[in-house]
Amino acid sequence: MSQRHPSEFPLEPERYELLGNVPPSFDLDRRAFFRLAGAGVVVALLADEVVAFQPGRQRPGGAAPKELGAWLHIGEDSAVTVFTGKVEVGQNIRTSLTQVVAEELRCPPARIRLVMADTALTPYDFGTAGSRTTPAMAPQLRLVGAAARELLLDLAAEQGQVKRETLTVAEGKVNGPEGKPSFEFGQLTKGKKLVKVIDDKTPTTPAEKWTVAGTPLPKVDGSAFVTGAHRYASDVKRPGMLFGKVLRPPAFKAKMTAVQTREAEAMEGVVVVRDGDFVGVVAPTEHRAARAIAAVRAEWKFTEQPSSDELYKYLKEHPAAGRGGPGGGRPTTRGSVKDGLKQADKTVEGTYTIAYIAHAPLEPRAAVAEWEDGKLTVWTGTQMPFGVRRELATAFGLDQEKVRVIVPDTGSGYGGKHTGEAALEAARLAKGAGKPVKLVWTRQEEFTWAYFRPAGVIEVNAGVRKDGTLTAWEFHNYNSGGSALATPYDVANVHQEFHGADAPLRQGSYRALAATANHFARESHMDDLAHAVGLDPLAFRLKSLKEPRLRAVLEAAAAQFGWGKAKAPEGRGFGLAVGTEKGGYVATCAEVSVDRRSGAVKAERVVTAFECGAVLNPDGLKNQIEGAAMMALGGALFEEIRFKDGKVLNARFADYRVPRFRDVPVFETVLLNRTDLPSAGAGEAPMITVAPAVGNAIFQATGVRLRSMPMVPQGFRAP
Amino acid sequence: MDIKELHVNGSARPVAADAERSLLSVLRDDLDLTGTKYGCGEGRCGACTVLIDGQPTRSCQRAVGDVAGGKVRTIEGLATDGKLHPLQEAFLQAGALQCGYCTPGMLMAALGLLSRDPEPSHDDIARALSVNVCRCGAYARIVAAVEQAARVMKGGDK
Repeated sequence: MSQRHPSEFPLEPERYELLGNVPPSFDLDRRAFFRLAGAGVVVALLADEVVAFQPGRQRPGGAAPKELGAWLHIGEDSAVTVFTGKVEVGQNIRTSLTQVVAEELRCPPARIRLVMADTALTPYDFGTAGSRTTPAMAPQLRLVGAAARELLLDLAAEQGQVKRETLTVAEGKVNGPEGKPSFEFGQLTKGKKLVKVIDDKTPTTPAEKWTVAGTPLPKVDGSAFVTGAHRYASDVKRPGMLFGKVLRPPAFKAKMTAVQTREAEAMEGVVVVRDGDFVGVVAPTEHRAARAIAAVRAEWKFTEQPSSDELYKYLKEHPAAGRGGPGGGRPTTRGSVKDGLKQADKTVEGTYTIAYIAHAPLEPRAAVAEWEDGKLTVWTGTQMPFGVRRELATAFGLDQEKVRVIVPDTGSGYGGKHTGEAALEAARLAKGAGKPVKLVWTRQEEFTWAYFRPAGVIEVNAGVRKDGTLTAWEFHNYNSGGSALATPYDVANVHQEFHGADAPLRQGSYRALAATANHFARESHMDDLAHAVGLDPLAFRLKSLKEPRLRAVLEAAAAQFGWGKAKAPEGRGFGLAVGTEKGGYVATCAEVSVDRRSGAVKAERVVTAFECGAVLNPDGLKNQIEGAAMMALGGALFEEIRFKDGKVLNARFADYRVPRFRDVPVFETVLLNRTDLPSAGAGEAPMITVAPAVGNAIFQATGVRLRSMPMVPQGFRAP
Repeated sequence: MDIKELHVNGSARPVAADAERSLLSVLRDDLDLTGTKYGCGEGRCGACTVLIDGQPTRSCQRAVGDVAGGKVRTIEGLATDGKLHPLQEAFLQAGALQCGYCTPGMLMAALGLLSRDPEPSHDDIARALSVNVCRCGAYARIVAAVEQAARVMKGGDK
């Protein structure tokens, strides 16, 4: 059997946290009855029991199940339950996915409930990553809704003894021809399982005709969040539950040489759990667990390692084995960069650096684990419930069927919760203690033992003619990643390459991956080139930009901003940038103020134009765009992880600066709704042009080109 | 020394808690009032904000023994008789949340502000909530929601 990753999309090299963790895929579902039935044939419409679908079973290559009953159930009370392995982490897919089902099922959204990310109930899912929910899960659930609608018509025709063509579905009912009664959904399905193979050709509603999808439906379950009623993983409580803490090494790569736990064991109600190098405690309160872990005495052997001060030199001097490093990455070459540079009137060379940053989700990693009769149930906040199930099954030598992972709507992730550290630790502690255990990472643990956005070095060398024609473009990314590495601009001579490095810190996926770093370098450099030949940055870009979707967002942002209409006032600058990632097209225009005396730099106004095909929920989309821009300002201006001797030096919110109320610019957002194009995800792409737009504005305000992310961690300092 | 009683959301609740424990932990773990969140344990994110005698307080930084006879109000005490508070309504209307983890702390900090200043300016709101972090970046909407709630409340917390 091939070793294909069960992902629904090719994995980018910078998803380091998932590498070395790639399982073989198995065809576990040998009982699937529909293969006998033949695709597209309705054998029976309803069934009394679960005859076929085994929730959470992984299909070859991660293929989605075809049985309607796996995805959707209609209760006797006509309530609709939809099952999806996707996770709600604040991107509001619970809402947008509800909308697409409501649209196809012709049913009020309020009657639909999504069961999400429970490995015992939902179909297998690779994970909530890569902006894949909207382009992959939303069409799947549209099909599901449409298939259920067609099934309801079949049932109504049969039960009402009327011609199917005379029936319509609207407002959550099947309506008969004039004079005939209408049918409630539940009346037709009687709470039984819907038996039908989903036909990929079931007609779905085109975006131009949407009435529920495409509208600004408010957050589903919103009131549970504003009342505090919603239970995140860290809020789950189980009978007899204890609180856990885990002993952490004082530095990365430190090895334990001795440990003494007598004092901790002597504390009332405390149990020490040891399993090789793993040492943890459980106690009746978190306070006592914290005191107990502090009482554990351990000795450590330390390993010398680089610090953040020498990070960029280190990354360049320590290439990873194999071309392109982990995940591969082939260079793209066209023409000859050498010749192209010779043809140029001006050449510009620059080295950009990208610091490590932390996701810092406000809900830290958390899990509650419970063992019962050799079966394990874990409630945890993760973006990959099935991946965490696999981690747990592997760690404890269990069949995956014996492990259930339940992910309540989670206190954000941003790509930082693809792994199951807290789940594994809580399960170990619960096993050792013989009681359910809750483990919530402290902020310091989250800042230290989670993975970081990869740091990197980007070297660019480019040539341009006086008329703005690009003649050469050479671009090398060391370690930060390959996403959006290729330039969208027209250049005859190109060499672009990703180089993996033997990185000093644990690193992995972060919202928008390296598209942020690569756009920062590229769009800053484009600005330099425009400046070198005295052209306006907007006109210069448009000259070499063929992709109409990129041109459209760039022109829309510029028009909204009033680009070229006025000069920036003293102490301020304007900057713009454009790019694409994960099917989203985005341009940002920023106005930034720089106070040369205090060093204060602030984004005053951020205009974003965004296009991601047909918009599922315009208000949810605007919320994502503003939020992504806000988060991106942190990485652009001041966020960075500093480390030395294997220790993070700023593992607290007091020392690690995140965007706050005082950093909020005026947001203006232009949505280009392309109902003629498939919907793409939008949680990531709106980030990517913020840093270069801000950097370009700082350049205009000061004449100083900042080539590091973050640009002004200590405020603006003129060189 | 143990704490035997805590005044929360209008009633005296019996507890049996070590006085050194944080108010946050006693609210969440002993009284099952889990709407108040842990975010940092250093008083720098505001997720644990509750009101004590009307004052926004970081409950992760307050030992339960130091609450004494103070009256604690948590997010669970904001809606009354199943009716959402204007602040809660405004947050929903403005879509002023994404993952929602910061929301209870934001709401309690905003409630504290509006009870001492019913007509805050944009900057007053940003200042009053300066400790509170929304990592999803819904800040602009949160300010708009607080302004909207202030307009609805027209001069005082009802």
